[in-house]
Amino acid sequence: MNRSGGLRTYVLTRIALAVPTVLILLTMVFLLMRVAPGDPITAALGARLPAKELEQRKKAAGYDKPIIDQYGEYLGQVATLDLGESVTDNRSVTSIIKENGSATLELTLAAFMVTLMVGIPIGLLAGRFRDSWIDVSGRLFGIVIYAFPVFFLGFLTQLGAGEVGWPTSGRASPIVDFDLDKITNFYLVDTLIAGDWSAFWDVLQHLALPALVLGLTISGVLIRLVRVNLLQTMRGDYVEAARARGVSERRVVVNHAFRNAMIPVVTVAGLQFAILLGGAVLTEETFNWPGIGSELIRYLNERDYIAVQGIVTVFAVAVVIVSLLIDLINAFIDPRVRYR
Amino acid sequence: MRRLHLPRWLRPVGQATGVSRWIFWSGVVIVAFFVLMAIFAPLLAPYGFDQVSDAAGRFPKQGSPDGTNLFGTTVQSTDVLSRVIWGSRTAIEVVVLAVVFSLVIGVPLGLFSGYVGGRIDRVLVLIMDALFAFPYLLLAIVIAFLLSDKLGQGVITAAVAITAVYVPQYFRVVRNHVISVREEPYVDAARALGAPRRTIISRYVLQNVIQNVPALATLNAADAILTLAALGFLGYGIQPTEAAEWGYDLQRAIDDAGAGIWWTGLFPGAAIVLLVTGFTLLGEGLNDVINPLIRSRKTRKPEIPVEGTGDRGQGREPEVAAKRSGVRRPEPEGGSP
Amino acid sequence: MSSEPPILDVRDLRVWYGTEGLPVRAVDGVSFEIGAGETLGLVGESGCGKSTLGRGVLGLLPDAAAVAGSVDYSGRELVGVPQREMREMRGPELGLIFQEPMTRLDPLQTIEKHFRETVRTHDPDLDPEEVRRRSLESLAGMGIPRTRFGQYPHEFSGGMRQRIMIALALVLEPKVLIADEPTTALDVIVEAQILGILADLRRNFDTAVLLITHNLGIVAEACNRVAVMYAGKIVEEGNARDVFAAPAHPYTRELLRATISLETTGLNYIPGAPPSLIDPPSGCRFHPRCPSAMAVCADRVPVEVAAGGQRVSCWLHGPEDQVPEGGRAPLKREEFRMAEEA
Repeated sequence: MNRSGGLRTYVLTRIALAVPTVLILLTMVFLLMRVAPGDPITAALGARLPAKELEQRKKAAGYDKPIIDQYGEYLGQVATLDLGESVTDNRSVTSIIKENGSATLELTLAAFMVTLMVGIPIGLLAGRFRDSWIDVSGRLFGIVIYAFPVFFLGFLTQLGAGEVGWPTSGRASPIVDFDLDKITNFYLVDTLIAGDWSAFWDVLQHLALPALVLGLTISGVLIRLVRVNLLQTMRGDYVEAARARGVSERRVVVNHAFRNAMIPVVTVAGLQFAILLGGAVLTEETFNWPGIGSELIRYLNERDYIAVQGIVTVFAVAVVIVSLLIDLINAFIDPRVRYR
Repeated sequence: MRRLHLPRWLRPVGQATGVSRWIFWSGVVIVAFFVLMAIFAPLLAPYGFDQVSDAAGRFPKQGSPDGTNLFGTTVQSTDVLSRVIWGSRTAIEVVVLAVVFSLVIGVPLGLFSGYVGGRIDRVLVLIMDALFAFPYLLLAIVIAFLLSDKLGQGVITAAVAITAVYVPQYFRVVRNHVISVREEPYVDAARALGAPRRTIISRYVLQNVIQNVPALATLNAADAILTLAALGFLGYGIQPTEAAEWGYDLQRAIDDAGAGIWWTGLFPGAAIVLLVTGFTLLGEGLNDVINPLIRSRKTRKPEIPVEGTGDRGQGREPEVAAKRSGVRRPEPEGGSP
Repeated sequence: MSSEPPILDVRDLRVWYGTEGLPVRAVDGVSFEIGAGETLGLVGESGCGKSTLGRGVLGLLPDAAAVAGSVDYSGRELVGVPQREMREMRGPELGLIFQEPMTRLDPLQTIEKHFRETVRTHDPDLDPEEVRRRSLESLAGMGIPRTRFGQYPHEFSGGMRQRIMIALALVLEPKVLIADEPTTALDVIVEAQILGILADLRRNFDTAVLLITHNLGIVAEACNRVAVMYAGKIVEEGNARDVFAAPAHPYTRELLRATISLETTGLNYIPGAPPSLIDPPSGCRFHPRCPSAMAVCADRVPVEVAAGGQRVSCWLHGPEDQVPEGGRAPLKREEFRMAEEA
């Protein structure tokens, strides 16, 4: 078999393929933003500023140039990571991403943990004990939990939390938030750095419900995927061959079937990330979580298209990067993938 | 249920074993329930979707469930039960439109792209993949937002926004099918036997594709409802003056949760969960039933009869079946043992 | 036949699979024996139940399969033995190698891991160095260099993978090896290598081998004795050379005629298709397709007799006293009906 430099080639090829995808996405974002009537400046500030100043601002921002030039400028900006400033409150898009992005990231990662911890075990159990009550209830759980809109589950938890006095809004209590030294902007990390246990607990409490709610709703898909994969691997040829050598059923299932079943899971788990980002928007609105999703909604409502463009661009590119990472992880785990 | 004489392509439905059958039919029942509710909404709903009073007077604000308002009232004094029923009409309308649009655009595009191949195919795939990679809710929001300026915030806008999200899915599935079927040996064989292109496409490709699309469509319908509700929740969906929508109701209800008011959110939310579950069960059931690899049939360990002499002795096989192949026997039955 | 008792003695084995309707009678009353150092070839068309037989001996059947009859391994009855005991015997006593080497190894584990697992399962306290030594020795016997011990399955060709499978089976030194179509998926040259390996087994280790195949050529080359299987039953059994030189059963005869060689000028085939195992034909199961069929064949199940040096189940060979009046008249039939697919 000829080895074509395996892993390295694959990585480079994969990265190269990501570029046209990003380009297309950027073009799409650009066009979408231009579909709206008028230009961003007028749209956002038209009601508030006199006409002359509007014209000035437009010129300064380059909105009187032909579309092609604007496109070029846009791509250039993205390449240099300068996504401009929001029109309505003059925050640079980069700082928006930094401050609110980390909030969303923290939420998304925590939710992802929940998804993995709920979805994988249930899926494995359901597949292992196929057609038993474990399987049926596991599958039913997956289906029903997926059917819960994030905000409905949020609503229900808030009803319950109200009774108990568990926080349901924001990332931390106002005092904690005010006192916290935001080094990384990941509150859990920052409280640990500060060594402040009560602050840590406060932040954790605030994170718990949104992460749980978001993570649970997504776990439904994971359950189904893991189960189906396990069913397929358990009747795999190599599993039968191992049994023929007298390997115990438990070993066969755990060492061979489970492991092979997880491979596609890594891929889909990564794809869930895209869904998570979407779900994050809803969760943030439900729990007043100051993440990038709720900022997006806010800017959208204010017709601040520059900010919207910047945020959506980042989202799109983030998804491509994550999917790239997933493919690379896959190549790492599954030795067959590298040799193309 | 054993008496159902199903058309050939539906026959696996009748053969499905316990669990799959249960899943499939539960889905059918639930979806049918909502569809009927949607169709007969004017007859079923006690009040209009934005009605705030009846002959006896104005409805209370956030009133708890009682005789007049079986599910209570909202902060705007509308009747929750009526809004749930009218909401089903909105949901079914939007979903049907969205699925039809997506199918009409996505499937032919997929067929075309897969069959034609080459550059066109590659470009289309790249575009669709990019669209697919985009966080679907964001895409829907942006499109709904932009379209609302032109088309207003109604059923059509919501349907189009959702369509944009799902077209890539149908495209992908159909195209991949076409490609894999194209490579199948039986297509080559058909071509070698001189079958015209058209026959090959229609008989092999189309059939395969058609088998998989219904399951995908139901699962997409489930997603579409969630997307519609999400749009409504964020305020980019149906305008409250146009129709009742469950997501919008939930948005209003979030504020109520802190005050312990549960009925404004519970019922619309439960409706969403039920309908989406129904579609998902239907889709899963269809999948289980059509996909022969995963389908589990009801099999029992058979009893092997103990014969005295078995095959070492004389005589016949143990009488297990009555049917015999069409070979004439010169001796009558009931010969020597 | 050797005078020592056979290592594997199968009597009237039946394996029936449950379906929604009537059961599939994949193995329906099969008897044979294999002695140490002997190779028995089991031939038949696809769908005659050969693979089920192989798995049935090892107890590797799905839940919906029922087993009846007797499988005697060195004095020990295997049918009805609890799974746990069976598992201990799979590997060190009875080995099984499969048909498709490409998919029989876990793609995520190196060959080394496969061996470690196999050896450790039956000898958990073995010193790791010893485990490694035995594995490498087994691989060396198959011509796999030790440098490749740490590689993954996909880095090997089909032929090499099959040899690895055999090495995996042999590292435990089983007394009986069942080879289920071991060379079907491989090209002729690799096939010759594998057959050579099997021959070595016989000579050096006294392993009893059951070689399941549909390829008569392999049987002629590699087997002492041959059993011909049709529709779940064995119709003829005897010394390989004798059976091929003078086949007693019409099916064997037709099989041999259908084989293609350099002298073939026209294609011979057996008309009809293999019968359904759910509802097999009455009497002799081959009668719908048999050119020599007689009246009695459709009515009564043939009795096994000795004919020449072979055992055969065919009314052409008697026993005379059990054939009724007029039974020897040629069978009248409408036409050859294509049996439905099983």
